[in-house]
Amino acid sequence: MMTVRLKVNGVAHEGRCEPRKLLVDFIREDLGLTGTHVGCEHGICGACTIMVNGESARSCIMLAVQADGAELMTVEGLMQDGKLHPLQEAFREHHGLQCGFCTPGMLMTALDFLRTNPSPSDGEIREGISAVLCRCTGYQGIVNAVRAAAATLRGGR
Amino acid sequence: MTDPRSVGSAALPRLVGARVARREDPRLLTGQGSYVDDHRPARLLYAAFLRSPHAHARIVSIDASAALALSGVTAVLTGEEIARASKPVRAASKTPAVKVTSFPPLALGKVRHVGEAVAMVAAESRYVAEDAAERIVVEYAPLPVVTDMEGALEAASPLVHEEAGTNLLVAREFARGDVDAALASAAVVVRERFRFHRHTAICMENRGCLAEYATGSGTLTLRSSAQCPGIVRDVLSDLLDLPENRIRVVAEDVGGGFGAKASLYPEEIATCVMARRLGRPVKWIGDRREDLLATSHAWDEIIEAELGLDRDGAIVGLRALVTADVGAYSIYPWTAAIEPVQTISFLPGPYRVPTYRGRTRGVATCKTPLGPYRGVGRPPAVFVIEGLMDRAARRLGLDPTEIRLRNFIRDEDFPYKSPSGIVWDRSSFTGSLLRAREALGYDAVRAEQTQARAAGRWLGIGVASYVELTGIGSAIPVSPGMPIATGTEAATIRFDPAGKVTAVFGVASHGQGLETTLAQIVADEVGVPIEDIRVVHGDTALSPYGTGTYASRSLVLAGGAAIMAGRAVREKMLVIAGHLLEADPADLVPADGRLAVRGMPDRSVTVREIARAAYTGAKQLPKGLEPGLEATRFYDPYYGTASNATHVAVVEVDRATCQVSVLRYLVVEDCGRMVNPLIVDGQVHGGVAQGLGAALLEEIVHDDHGQLLSGTLMDYVVPSACEVPWMEVHHLETPSPVTLGGFRGMGEGGTIGAPAAIANAVADALAPLGVEVAELPATPERIFRLVARATR
Ligand code: FES
Ligand code: FES
Repeated sequence: MMTVRLKVNGVAHEGRCEPRKLLVDFIREDLGLTGTHVGCEHGICGACTIMVNGESARSCIMLAVQADGAELMTVEGLMQDGKLHPLQEAFREHHGLQCGFCTPGMLMTALDFLRTNPSPSDGEIREGISAVLCRCTGYQGIVNAVRAAAATLRGGR
Repeated sequence: MTDPRSVGSAALPRLVGARVARREDPRLLTGQGSYVDDHRPARLLYAAFLRSPHAHARIVSIDASAALALSGVTAVLTGEEIARASKPVRAASKTPAVKVTSFPPLALGKVRHVGEAVAMVAAESRYVAEDAAERIVVEYAPLPVVTDMEGALEAASPLVHEEAGTNLLVAREFARGDVDAALASAAVVVRERFRFHRHTAICMENRGCLAEYATGSGTLTLRSSAQCPGIVRDVLSDLLDLPENRIRVVAEDVGGGFGAKASLYPEEIATCVMARRLGRPVKWIGDRREDLLATSHAWDEIIEAELGLDRDGAIVGLRALVTADVGAYSIYPWTAAIEPVQTISFLPGPYRVPTYRGRTRGVATCKTPLGPYRGVGRPPAVFVIEGLMDRAARRLGLDPTEIRLRNFIRDEDFPYKSPSGIVWDRSSFTGSLLRAREALGYDAVRAEQTQARAAGRWLGIGVASYVELTGIGSAIPVSPGMPIATGTEAATIRFDPAGKVTAVFGVASHGQGLETTLAQIVADEVGVPIEDIRVVHGDTALSPYGTGTYASRSLVLAGGAAIMAGRAVREKMLVIAGHLLEADPADLVPADGRLAVRGMPDRSVTVREIARAAYTGAKQLPKGLEPGLEATRFYDPYYGTASNATHVAVVEVDRATCQVSVLRYLVVEDCGRMVNPLIVDGQVHGGVAQGLGAALLEEIVHDDHGQLLSGTLMDYVVPSACEVPWMEVHHLETPSPVTLGGFRGMGEGGTIGAPAAIANAVADALAPLGVEVAELPATPERIFRLVARATR
């Protein structure tokens, strides 16, 4: 058993786990933050995407011990002061989700993408979110949502 | 049919038809969904399954002692042990066309496909459970493997199920008229051997379940990523010998289903047995490898078909033989017949087919069982009939849209009985194609194609029209011969004394947005704001009797039940309001969320006052009126209805890589009266994306030993945002003449039309080479081979 100390959504946590424990399992089981999902456990589907030290990363192919000392952000940290983040608003308005299972990973990926590319073309949005598989939406609502959120975020909201 | 609004007209804007933002979104967007794996009751044990590495082998012995010796391991269950606690699943059938075979929850005696569950471990963590599963020693005696569906029919083939005495589990024929004579005298006959390879659903949430057995009360609660909680509850009662009223099946948030979560799975039974035996909650969450190995697969059919036409391009006859590789087991409740029989039933499509003979065969092999998946049978059927129509058009020198227009079932033909006995009600076959042609700018795109071809580019346009049976009532089983009843659904609409509404349904939502669309219907019917309505679904303990969500039925059946229950409640509200206002209920009109006497807006009551009166009792109610304000109604649409659409794809095949890019994609669909166009669009988009995957990318591949070669998401390629084109969706709204509300179900259509439209577009692009597309997915490798052969 090893000790893992990290910050998630601004809150400090400490836990003990086996060295082999996946970060996503640590987040879901030990920290009880079940918003982050597991879709493949082999790094392809992107459902488990979170922010690690400000950059998107797949928590299913990281060990919890590797995140010792890191600052994480999960989907639970997106809402501020009880208000949906512009990305969340846009996903709702543009029907960017159906079953919602890919959604947390999609949101975190889009968040990171818009940070690096605040005014993307549709083609760039598609490439940016292609790291996350969605089986429900055919991506159209998601592309519309990311485009709309980019505009809102540029507007400085 | 009376107008659903006839009982007290709308006080509030009509919500049916509006693009209402989804009510499930806020929780799903903030990580507060409630999927199976999000639940962790106290004393929880985690399960892992040991799965067969062999496609066909006798189990000689199982030694679990090393697994049980591991610290943290609570129990191991094997096939023989579970056989004492649960009956084997037998997907019964009323038709002699289906041979009934057993599907044990854990392999019994022998294994029949790679990935079949052989033993189950329960332990303190999933990590330990998986460690333990690895320590179980199973001695196998390999048997000859059956992998080729046509070979499996040969007399010398080993048998997958000895009890059947044959690998031919399903055989069925539909016939109308003398097709042999019609084809013999046809001006043109086109024929092809089509191959639609194995596919799987890939719900982003893998299957999983969590069982809890309360020894004190003898009640079993199963949370499952299931589409059909009602069906699971009913069958568990039989298998586990527990009364239905002691079993609760809950499917809260489910991460996609697409038909693949509509069946009963062995893991659900095993998890229940384990929880009951240990008196502790047990959870199993499958991983992606298990999903690819042990969630039902789809299609995998060879279809030999011939279409005869007269000189003018009118169909004179269709003859076909479908052979489906149904895999190792007949899946409950749909049976092995679901895919092959649906394919042959729907092969004639939206066309007038005067003579027909369709034979179908479902063949057992040592592969994962075939089950329902979005479209069931129709994606292959439409691929075939639409492919034949294009071949015929080329032979006759007709435009592909023209040949379809000459053969569609016309407005004057409805209701039209198809050669397989399905009755089509009024639909917009011709209208959808004409609209698609116009919306695309068909002639302009053809002109572009001519230029592109002159420049040496492989550009093609593909059209596919289809009709799909939806919202099936009690007249027809959803799957042929299936003995369980699937023709009804119910709604309970209940006001509380504060005037808020709870609407409970037996259907279950797994992405379709039923919490929103059903709330829209209820809001319009009872006349309260949608904010005041809470929709509850997917919980057998809370809902009236129902089965679940499959076969594009939920909006039609649950929506119809909502209308009926809503009207009943509304009527009672008017009676109570009339009493409170001392007015004739017929004189009441809605005004500002109240009911007022016509012409006297001051004499009014609020919904809340009415609801409170309903629960106050006799003092506030008309003489003899029963207190309370709720109604449960069951709806049975009897025959059901149909949706139809025309899809058009414009594609380019890269001359260097043979990669297909979809440049334009257009859908004109008709799902009758739309409840929420936002959600309809989303269903079409998602369906088309899956159909595109089927057409170009996705394929389950086994080697000759029955080993799965596509066992990860790197090998089984699901479309990402880069492969899916922008989709243009147009709607026709021909209200169904036969369903309450005029709704037609529509969750599957996108996947039905897309493979055919894309295949036809690829064939059209390659037409100058004389290449036909008869095999899907049309991967670059397959196209390269076709081109190489044609240009050799
Ligand atoms: S679960 Fe991490 S990428 Fe799929
Ligand atoms: S919304 Fe279901 S997988 Fe994306």
